[in-house]
Amino acid sequence: MTDTPSLHAHLEEQALRVREHIIRMSSDGGCFIGASLSCADLLVYLYNRILRITPDSIRDAERDYLFLSKGHDVPALYGTLVEKGYFPAERLSSHLSVTDRIYWHPNATIPGIEFHSGSLGHLLSVAAGVALDIKLRGGSNRVFVILGDGELNEGSVWESALTIAAKSLDNLFVVIDRNEFQANIETERLIPLEPLEEKWRAFGWTVYTTNGHRFEEMDPTFQRVLQDRGPTVVIASTVRGKGLPSIERRADRWFANFSHEERDQLLHELHGFTPATLISEPLLVR
Amino acid sequence: MAMTYEDMLVDLVRKDDRVMILTAENRAAIRTIPERIGERFIDVGIAEQTMVGIAAGLALRGRIPIVHALATFLTMRAFEFIRTDVGIRQLPVKLIGAVPGFLSEANGPTHQALEDLGLLRGIPSMRVFCPADLDDLVMSMPSIVRDPHPWYVRFPVGQGIQDHEPFVIGRAEVYGEGSDVAILTYGFLLREAQEAAARLRGQGYGVRVIHLRTIKPLDYEIVLHCAKECRRLVVVEDHFRTGGLTSAVSELLTECAVAVPMMSLSFRERWFQPGRLREVLENEGFSGRRIADRIAGELHGSDQWIEMPAADVRNVVPIL
Repeated sequence: MTDTPSLHAHLEEQALRVREHIIRMSSDGGCFIGASLSCADLLVYLYNRILRITPDSIRDAERDYLFLSKGHDVPALYGTLVEKGYFPAERLSSHLSVTDRIYWHPNATIPGIEFHSGSLGHLLSVAAGVALDIKLRGGSNRVFVILGDGELNEGSVWESALTIAAKSLDNLFVVIDRNEFQANIETERLIPLEPLEEKWRAFGWTVYTTNGHRFEEMDPTFQRVLQDRGPTVVIASTVRGKGLPSIERRADRWFANFSHEERDQLLHELHGFTPATLISEPLLVR
Repeated sequence: MAMTYEDMLVDLVRKDDRVMILTAENRAAIRTIPERIGERFIDVGIAEQTMVGIAAGLALRGRIPIVHALATFLTMRAFEFIRTDVGIRQLPVKLIGAVPGFLSEANGPTHQALEDLGLLRGIPSMRVFCPADLDDLVMSMPSIVRDPHPWYVRFPVGQGIQDHEPFVIGRAEVYGEGSDVAILTYGFLLREAQEAAARLRGQGYGVRVIHLRTIKPLDYEIVLHCAKECRRLVVVEDHFRTGGLTSAVSELLTECAVAVPMMSLSFRERWFQPGRLREVLENEGFSGRRIADRIAGELHGSDQWIEMPAADVRNVVPIL
C-alpha cells in the first residue's frame, strides 16, 4: 500500500461524511455522539486500508471480521458502512424508528455488522471463538475487535485476553479507542487504566500505539501490526467528540439528543464554521 | 412537590449510617449523589459482578447497600453473584434496576430486561417491587431499606402523575370495581392500563385495575378475589410470559385450583422492536388504546390474540 497524501485526503473526506451522518443521528431521540466521533477515523481507516471485506463478501467464509464491542458507537459504523456501499444512506433517516432496525446499538440484520453488542465486554470472547475456528480450519482471515477504554473495566475482557494469549491467536487484533472517558467521567479519575501498555504486555500481548485520528500515522503502525505474531493490541489515542470543538472532551456529551437547530449548527461547525451554541440539557443515559 | 429520588437517597444515607449507594457507572438518575454523600457512594466502574460482590461484603459488615445499575447488566451479568453471594446468605442488599422492560426504548435487545423479574423472583428470600412512578418508589424505599430481605426494584419514570396508597409489602393498589375484566399490571404500564380501563368503561365494560406493586410477595388475596369476581383476568407486563407476573398469577391459580379465563399481554419468544417509547408501546400493542383494543377483541370472542405456542414460535421474526 502507498502512503500518498491524496489517499489520506480521500480518507479524510470520507471520515467527514461519516461525521455528518453521526451528527444527523444526534437529534429526534439522539445517539452516543461523543463515543461515535472518537472512533470514526479508526473505522474509516480499517474499512479502507486493512479489512479484506466488501459489500459483496459479507457472507464469504474467507472474509476478515470486525467486531464492534463498544456497541454504543454504532453511528460511526453505520456511517462507515453507508460510505462503503453496504446499505443506502436513506436508511439512516429511519434511525430509532420502529419501522427499521437502525437503533442505539448494533445488530446483525444490518449488512456488514457481524454481531450485536451493547453489553460491554462480550465481543472479545466471541471474536476469540471465531479466530480459534479460523486457525483450526487453516484459514487466513483476520479478526479485529474494537474495544472502548471504559469497557476495559469489565472483567470478561481480561479473561478473554488471558485465554487468547494462552491459545496464541495471532490472527486476532484488538484496537482500543482510547478516548480517556467512561460514560460519565474520565477513565483515570474513576478506575485508572494506566499504565495500559504494561497491563496488556503482562497478559502476553504485543502492544502498539497510534494516534487514532491521523491516517498518516495509522498507516505505518498497522503495517507493522499485520506483520506481527499476535495476539496484538493497538492502543489508539483518540478524542471524545473529535471534530466538534463545542463537545470535544465533554463528559456530559457522551449521549446527546439535540434540537434540529443545534444539529444544523453542529453540521456547520464540523466544516470549520462558528461553534454551535448548545442549549439542550446534557443527557446521561447510563 | 414530592421528594426526588436523589433527595430520598441522600435522606436515607443521612438518617441511617448503614446505608450506602453503589453503581457500575450508571449515574444518569443519581448524578448529584457523589458530591452529596462523599465516601458513602461507590462507583466501581463498568464491573457489575464486582459491584454485587462488594455490596455483599459491605452487607456482611452491617451496611445496607443500595445498588443502582442498568437492569439487564445488574440482574443478568451479575446474576450468579446476586444468587450466590447475596441470595444464599440472605444479605439485605437493595438492587435497583434502571431502564427495565420498555424503558430501554431504542437501546435494543442487549438492554431489554424482559426476564429480570423471573430471574430475581426465583431466588429464595429475594423480594421484588415494581413501582408505577418515582413517587411510588420514593415513598416505598424507607420500608424496603428497613426490611431485612434482599430486594430487586425496577426503576420507574415519571413524577407527580398520581397519588399512591401507603406502601405495604405484599399489598396491591386497586383502581375500580368492575367485574368484566381485572387488569393485573405493575410498573409504568399502570398508566397505560388505566387509560385502557377508561376506554373499556366507555364501551360499557366493568373494569378494575390492580397494581401489583410487589410481584413477590404477591398480593394473593386480591388476585384470588379478582379470579372469583371477574369474568376475565388480563395480565399486562413488559416481561417475557415466562417468569414474570403471568407466571406468578398462573402459579397461584394452579396451586389454589382456581380456573378462570386469563389473557396475558407480554412477550413470547422474541424481544421487542427498539424505538422511541411511545412508538414502541403503540407498535407492540401496549399503549392504552392498543391494550383496550386487544382486550375488547378478546371480550367479543375474537381470536386475534390467541396464539398457540407452536404457531407463535413459527411466526417469530427475529430481531437479531
